[in-house]
Amino acid sequence: MAKLAPSSVIRGIEGLPIILVFAFMLILFMYTAPEVFLQPFIYTTFLSTLPPLILLAIGLTFVIGAGEIDLCFPAIIGFSGFVFAVLFKEYNLGWIAVIAGLGSGIMIGFINGVLVAKVGIPSFMATLAAQFFWYGMATVLSGGKSYALRGAEESSVWKVIVGRPFAGTNMPDWVHQLPLQSLWTIVIVVFLWFILNRHRFGEHTLFIGDSNDVSRVVGIDVDREKIKIFTLMGALGATAAIMLTLENKNFFGNQGQGYLLTAIASVLIGGTSIFGGRATIVGTVFGCFIIGMIEAGLVATGLTGAWVRTVQGLVFMISIIFYLYVDEPQRRRALLARVGSFKGFGRMRAAE
Amino acid sequence: MSSQEGAAAPIRDYASMVRLEHVEKYFGAVHALRDVSLSIDRNEIVGLIGDNGAGKSTLIKVITGVLPPTSGRLFIRDEEINPRDFSVRAAHDLSIETVYQDKSLADKQPLWRNFFVGRQITNRFGFIDIKREKELANKILLDEIGFRGAGITVDSTVSNLSGGERQGIAIGRAMHYNADLIILDEPTAALGVAEVRKVVDFVRRIKDSGRACIYIEHNLAHVHEVADRLVVLDRGAIVSELTPKDMSVAELTEYLIQLQHKH
Repeated sequence: MAKLAPSSVIRGIEGLPIILVFAFMLILFMYTAPEVFLQPFIYTTFLSTLPPLILLAIGLTFVIGAGEIDLCFPAIIGFSGFVFAVLFKEYNLGWIAVIAGLGSGIMIGFINGVLVAKVGIPSFMATLAAQFFWYGMATVLSGGKSYALRGAEESSVWKVIVGRPFAGTNMPDWVHQLPLQSLWTIVIVVFLWFILNRHRFGEHTLFIGDSNDVSRVVGIDVDREKIKIFTLMGALGATAAIMLTLENKNFFGNQGQGYLLTAIASVLIGGTSIFGGRATIVGTVFGCFIIGMIEAGLVATGLTGAWVRTVQGLVFMISIIFYLYVDEPQRRRALLARVGSFKGFGRMRAAE
Repeated sequence: MSSQEGAAAPIRDYASMVRLEHVEKYFGAVHALRDVSLSIDRNEIVGLIGDNGAGKSTLIKVITGVLPPTSGRLFIRDEEINPRDFSVRAAHDLSIETVYQDKSLADKQPLWRNFFVGRQITNRFGFIDIKREKELANKILLDEIGFRGAGITVDSTVSNLSGGERQGIAIGRAMHYNADLIILDEPTAALGVAEVRKVVDFVRRIKDSGRACIYIEHNLAHVHEVADRLVVLDRGAIVSELTPKDMSVAELTEYLIQLQHKH
């Protein structure tokens, strides 16, 4: 029996295949659109626009790693963004608005977790329903209005969360544009990398994704851990919502809708298993870079925006097939068996 | 062979590991266990055989705290257990471990995580001491399970192991946690001949290390080889206890068929 499958070599460095794909695409875009990709400004722009996507995708990495799915987070972006924006603008509550926004996301995530773990609704249905509900709530409460946060850049909230600490210094222009949200995102990502790979909670997440039954037998409180996972997703969604609202200095009800597919695609492109049990934060971050870069790169290359989703979808599909082939030996065998090649199938049948 | 000797807390002496007296179990109107009295000695391998629906799993579930008995008494190490306080966790605390056919290991996780999950070695913030877990897992793998030179390391994922190797890992894990009673739930189901051989060897190790084992099995030949005693269940009642040493597999099979015809 082959113990050293090629997958174990590839998996030696976390996220290696996706890093190579990222490097390849970067070089490709440097060639097709040198005037954009050989200048620093596109990268500082990424630093200010990608953090919400990365935070959502990191939360989803836990959720999908645990074998569940969360479709609710675009509504968290809407609802928590609304809670934050209205308290910040209409009531001038500053940091209390930040805490309230975070709290609303945590609450939504917690409710999702209870619906999935305790009530027992499949996460796909529970979070889809929750998405409609919270998106609807945000629309009702805001009366469909958008909130422009004019003058927000004078507040300490803005300066700390999405500020530009080097603006107005003597450094080169691109340094002036370095945004603080990229720093916070790096801190959160590194912390959650340690949680997923080194902490009991991360290990439980992956075991739950592997098998709920095994997890129960070895003594994991599956329900409680699932509630925590969805709550974490809610907290990250709210953080993303606050960053997005502050960065745009504007809130509008459907500001989260564009993230549904891009965030899920980033996670799966990164190499987190669609079936749960295996998750990679490094992969997810590079998945986000790729999704973000396709958008900027295609437009800079001269294609119309209409191509962006098409190419993103294509990359998404190719990567899922790639990971299925490399990392899921059982499923690969089952797939091969279905199309007529019965190689290695005998072992999987129960011998009576 | 084990490294736990000396580390074990001095335990009061006891005669039998588990003893059941007149245990009855009803599921509504279904009489699942009928007046079951059974005792497992400290270093005995007891094979539990019987048809599907004979009550084997119900009996196991009563012993491991998954289900409370409707009536009857349960003793562990000669001490009576109150069914209300008994649970899976309590059974673990009393050093009873169950190895399920296919529910003991997580497929995509490395062996070292499978050894320690649920009992991780962590600092006080819950971060896992990976280096130490891997060292210990390696020791268990080499010394206790005896996977020398098999190309399996603590970093191997479970999906790369054969069915027999998986059972070995699960049994080795139970032994590492100082289980005094290891319950094997059909460990050879769905395995090939060579794999069955490995599992039987692991069961022998349980005996050699001075523990007790309840071994549920469909296949008479497998259980005949290792069991000290066979308990035959039929429709919820113990219908006979046999010593396999006195009989060949053929005689045993014949005996059981006779038993079926009596009804």
